Amino acid sequence: MWQVIRDELRPLGLEIVSVAMDTNGMAAAGPHIEAANPTYPVLLDPEHSLGALLGIINVPMGVWIDEDGVLVRPAEVCSAPIPRREKFASLLENAAPRMREMILEALNMDLDTETYAAALRDWARNGKKSRYALPPEQVIQRSAPRPKEVSLAAANFELGQHLHRTGSETEARAFFRQAHRLQPDNWTYKRQAWSMVDPLQGPTEHYDSDWLTDIRKVGAKNYYPKLEM
Amino acid sequence: MILDRLDPTPLEFARGTGWEPKPQGACRADVCIPLPKNAWRTDGRMELPAVADALGMALVADEAHGLWALGPVSGGRALTTAVVPEITLPDRYGKPFTLSSLKGTKIFLATWASW
Repeated sequence: MWQVIRDELRPLGLEIVSVAMDTNGMAAAGPHIEAANPTYPVLLDPEHSLGALLGIINVPMGVWIDEDGVLVRPAEVCSAPIPRREKFASLLENAAPRMREMILEALNMDLDTETYAAALRDWARNGKKSRYALPPEQVIQRSAPRPKEVSLAAANFELGQHLHRTGSETEARAFFRQAHRLQPDNWTYKRQAWSMVDPLQGPTEHYDSDWLTDIRKVGAKNYYPKLEM
Repeated sequence: MILDRLDPTPLEFARGTGWEPKPQGACRADVCIPLPKNAWRTDGRMELPAVADALGMALVADEAHGLWALGPVSGGRALTTAVVPEITLPDRYGKPFTLSSLKGTKIFLATWASW
């Protein structure tokens, strides 16, 4: 997805590192990685550790790290500038009914890909002088609030993942449900758990909600927060 | 961090949380959070409930399996410092990749998922 931009910005001293937040690691993400076969590093985060470390609560979200290992932008929505509308429209034709509904909702999502890509280009060229490179105090202040409930949600999700891996599915789901309740705006927790039961993240007896229901609850346009560069 | 006992060694705690226990408290990069005296056992191990309480880390029990999970530091923002934490993750071939190996390069880290 980011290969074109990577080829453009690598000579300016910027590297892209892509991280798949998939509990089932290569078994889940592998086919996508093999299909794209990018030249930049592609890593796997089966523990969802970037949630606790950086505040990732949805995908795609990204951070910028300068040459000294300092964050200059906190976790925020970062979608690659690809022709999403055309891609989704082509998928609509042969989509099954539920998939069709999902694509129609996805088409209503608000993703300002051009602004983000322009800012990334500016940072690659101008480094610390870029207006998009934030000072440390702003990076911290702009990162998401972390009340105790978020820590509780992370602990519950981690137990859920551990139990899922060790074959205790029923017990795992109880912890996933707790994580969903404690941090309802964490889409990685919800979508990861839903997808373990149904790849289309539809309604099941195991969870209180599903992707379409929750998207419609918040409104597709609010699914991704408005980009504030 | 998943645990099967509530008294990790300082090294285990540091590896699991990224917060290194030091005389001045639990530290990550330029930030140290003081730990109370009862955070330490006489054998040098840590008293996890007291540590978790001091750092705002949720401690959740799975009694059926004799396990606990420790959540991240809370009470402020997702980031306590702008210094990026040590991040080592496997690449697509299973080889560990440490983000700091790219020091000297600007990094755009982008997440995605198959789901």
